[in-house]
Amino acid sequence: MIKIKINDKELKVAEGTTVLQAALANKIDIPYFCYHKKLSIAGNCRMCLVNIKGQNKPVISCRERVKEGMEVDTKSTEVKKMQQGVLEFVLKNHPLDCPICDQSGECDLQDNYFKFSKFPSRLEDKKIRKPKAKPLGPLVTLDDERCILCTRCVRFCDEVAGTHELCITQRGGHSELTTYPGKPLTNAYSLCTVDVCPVGALTSTDFRFKKRVWFLKTTPSICTGCATGCNIKMDWDDAQVYRYRPRENEAVNQVWMCDEGRLSYKFINENRLFDPLIKKNGEFVKVEWKEAMRESAAILGDTPVASSVIGVLSAQASCEENSALKKFLETLFPKAEFFWTKKEVKNPSHDKFLIDADKNPNSAFLSLLGVGPLEGGPLAKGAIYIILDNLTGKQREALVASKPKKVILFTSNFGDVPLEGGTSPLMWADIILPKPTFAEQEGTFINRQGMTQKAKKAFEPKGHAREIGKVLEELWTTLSPR
Amino acid sequence: MEMILSKNWNVPDQKKIDVAIKNGAYASLKKIFKMKREEVIEEVKNSGLRGRGGAGFATGLKWTFIPKENLSSGRQDKKPVYLINNLDESEPGTFKDRAIVEKDPHMMIEGMIIAAYAIGSHTAYIYIRGEYYKQWEIIEEALQEARKKGFLGKNILGSGFDLDIYQHRGAGAYICGEETALLSSLEGGRGYPRIKPPFPAIAGAWGCPTIVNNTETLANLPFILNEGAAAYKKFGTEKSPGTKLMSASGHINKPGVYEVEMGLPIRTFIEEHLGGVWKNHKLKAVVPGGSSFAPLTAEEAWATNLDFESCAAAGTSLGSGGFYVMDETTCMVRLLCFTSKFYAHESCGQCTPCREGTGWVDQVIKRIEKGHGRERDLQLLQDVCKNMMNGRTICVFADAAAMPVLGFLKKFGKEFEEHVKLGRCPHTVSLRGA
Repeated sequence: MIKIKINDKELKVAEGTTVLQAALANKIDIPYFCYHKKLSIAGNCRMCLVNIKGQNKPVISCRERVKEGMEVDTKSTEVKKMQQGVLEFVLKNHPLDCPICDQSGECDLQDNYFKFSKFPSRLEDKKIRKPKAKPLGPLVTLDDERCILCTRCVRFCDEVAGTHELCITQRGGHSELTTYPGKPLTNAYSLCTVDVCPVGALTSTDFRFKKRVWFLKTTPSICTGCATGCNIKMDWDDAQVYRYRPRENEAVNQVWMCDEGRLSYKFINENRLFDPLIKKNGEFVKVEWKEAMRESAAILGDTPVASSVIGVLSAQASCEENSALKKFLETLFPKAEFFWTKKEVKNPSHDKFLIDADKNPNSAFLSLLGVGPLEGGPLAKGAIYIILDNLTGKQREALVASKPKKVILFTSNFGDVPLEGGTSPLMWADIILPKPTFAEQEGTFINRQGMTQKAKKAFEPKGHAREIGKVLEELWTTLSPR
Repeated sequence: MEMILSKNWNVPDQKKIDVAIKNGAYASLKKIFKMKREEVIEEVKNSGLRGRGGAGFATGLKWTFIPKENLSSGRQDKKPVYLINNLDESEPGTFKDRAIVEKDPHMMIEGMIIAAYAIGSHTAYIYIRGEYYKQWEIIEEALQEARKKGFLGKNILGSGFDLDIYQHRGAGAYICGEETALLSSLEGGRGYPRIKPPFPAIAGAWGCPTIVNNTETLANLPFILNEGAAAYKKFGTEKSPGTKLMSASGHINKPGVYEVEMGLPIRTFIEEHLGGVWKNHKLKAVVPGGSSFAPLTAEEAWATNLDFESCAAAGTSLGSGGFYVMDETTCMVRLLCFTSKFYAHESCGQCTPCREGTGWVDQVIKRIEKGHGRERDLQLLQDVCKNMMNGRTICVFADAAAMPVLGFLKKFGKEFEEHVKLGRCPHTVSLRGA
């Protein structure tokens, strides 16, 4: 540790840190744009200029390493004037279209302007026009006029993704961010460029114009797209999830996440099952929970304790959901057997960084329980099934072949085909009970590294979905007198 | 008095190596190969030679910045050292290196061999301005001749010293004359200047120790090594020894490249060498060192000499010797308009203050020149320039863009005010013509 002074405040900081890092760690505000702790130092925005005693010229604090006895000045009139000067330059050709900009409300430029400048514009000349709404790849749209040319995105593609799609062309005020010819921004982490963009230049084509960010509430959660379990911020409003953003966790995902995982939020909003369904005369009919519970209780109540009952646990569901079902069945039917179901994808994407070929968030938990796959059997004939989540094709065949007596299915989504009326791909089930997604309840997942991670509840369950634990508890109360 | 650089410029076919050798080219090599590297550096240090690219940094001192441990022979892990001849001459008003190449390319090559030997470099590059195609051809031919004669290649003149020289053509960016941008460009990247430190002598081309010297600087070396530091110091002033190539242009009777002794009064230079101001007009202003520096008024010019100290004392710089002269009919606003347009066009765009500032300055000056200026514009120009310069950016391009603006405003502010007040150019005869 060495001693330095920032604005007459004595600080002890670790050797090797930069002035900016030391300041931020001690809650001293130095504005910056191009600095990003996971990327190399570019030093081009010049926003973090500070004065250091004994040096005749200002230095960029993002690059200047601390030295014993260093005296840093971040808020004298001189430094403030410097900051205002840089902000005036940054805004010189900025379109100031905040009212229609997605970044508005979470924009470093807005924040820094209000914190460090608040001076009216002195520009009386035309601004330079550049491309608007230019797609850089399938998922990212560029508004080049808003770009402040900090090159964070360029450095991300060069240093993290390693795909080198982005570059700056032209010179001076006409500098433009673009992709190399014939090389669209298609890397598997392209939306991270939107995260690192300090302004509204790079926007997610998916999120663009969907929501003003100040309406969004943010819940710390876990991405359920694969076994990696990237830590995320779930941004939602009015029981709709609008986007995931990576949440920092050095041990799991650093500050990144893949595009596939990031866009996996959609199942929370779409094709949701809102009411319990009961199969009557070969057709699913929407019913009240009361009736569904009565029916379920009847099925389970009629089943002798020693008969074959099979619980199908799911690698898609949280530890809590799986444990609730397992405990419930074990208590009621000591001979109950357990298998698992997992989401399976043909030719799953995977890499050596964050994307895992196992597209289930909780496979590690099922390994701990020591159960086998449903299609592996052997399955007793004429059993009663309680299943978490949808089955794969193979599992469905195995299930149907075992001629189950009754099947109760807990699920949150029905896939592409509506369930009510007519034939449904879920005709092998007798009762379908709606459960909340992980966004609507607290849940724990164990990732591929064996790390136990919590996903917090964002909002109340949609429709009439009810947590499995509560449903099973109520069933148990109904059944327990027997 | 016989000069140093231009003494053979009038010899026919001096470009050809046989003629050049007859006139003494490559004579210094035999001498230096008998010396130790350090002795060569010491000789150059003693000569007081200062960089001719604009900054005027002591050449010998620069060479000593190559890490010593890197030079100790026998070390297996030492990095190659590169010498780069900066021939990206693009400063408006400067065209002296072109003359060296066209008139006596072997003097430059000989200088490069001396420098390379001194710093322990076995690969040297000539970074030549892209537009200098004819000059590129001349050098290419001269290099081939030198190779054939054994002045380049392996074991030069049996000394055991190897050197290869390659040419690299720029792609038309002024900024690539800035030494770190030059390195980025040479490596095949975008010509963005790099943050210093590390300085090129520590980590330059491909991260290896690199010395970047201006062409004219290198061309001075044969004389220094042949005749000795003392002979060199007989030229010029105490702090600015030697001669300087001046590229003279503007409203003078005899524009061209002149070699003058450092310390020559500007009055003598204009009146005797340049044949005076044209058309018997009066002198209005002089820019002695290229477009990046403040102008001198006629009065100031008459009191200033052509050496680094005298120019600095007058608030400008000898720079790269881009000497241009304005007569009394010149509209200084119009002139600054050209300058600021150049800098707005050539800013690499990496650092915010320079990228936006150069463009802004250009817009405002253009507006004033067209007669749409406002009183507050003059203050704005000064503010913008001050916000651009003095360490606000990675390289000194922003300073080079801001200094002339501040200089013009300080010395010819009245003309700007007149433009604003009248809403037009007050000069009956301006550069646009009557």
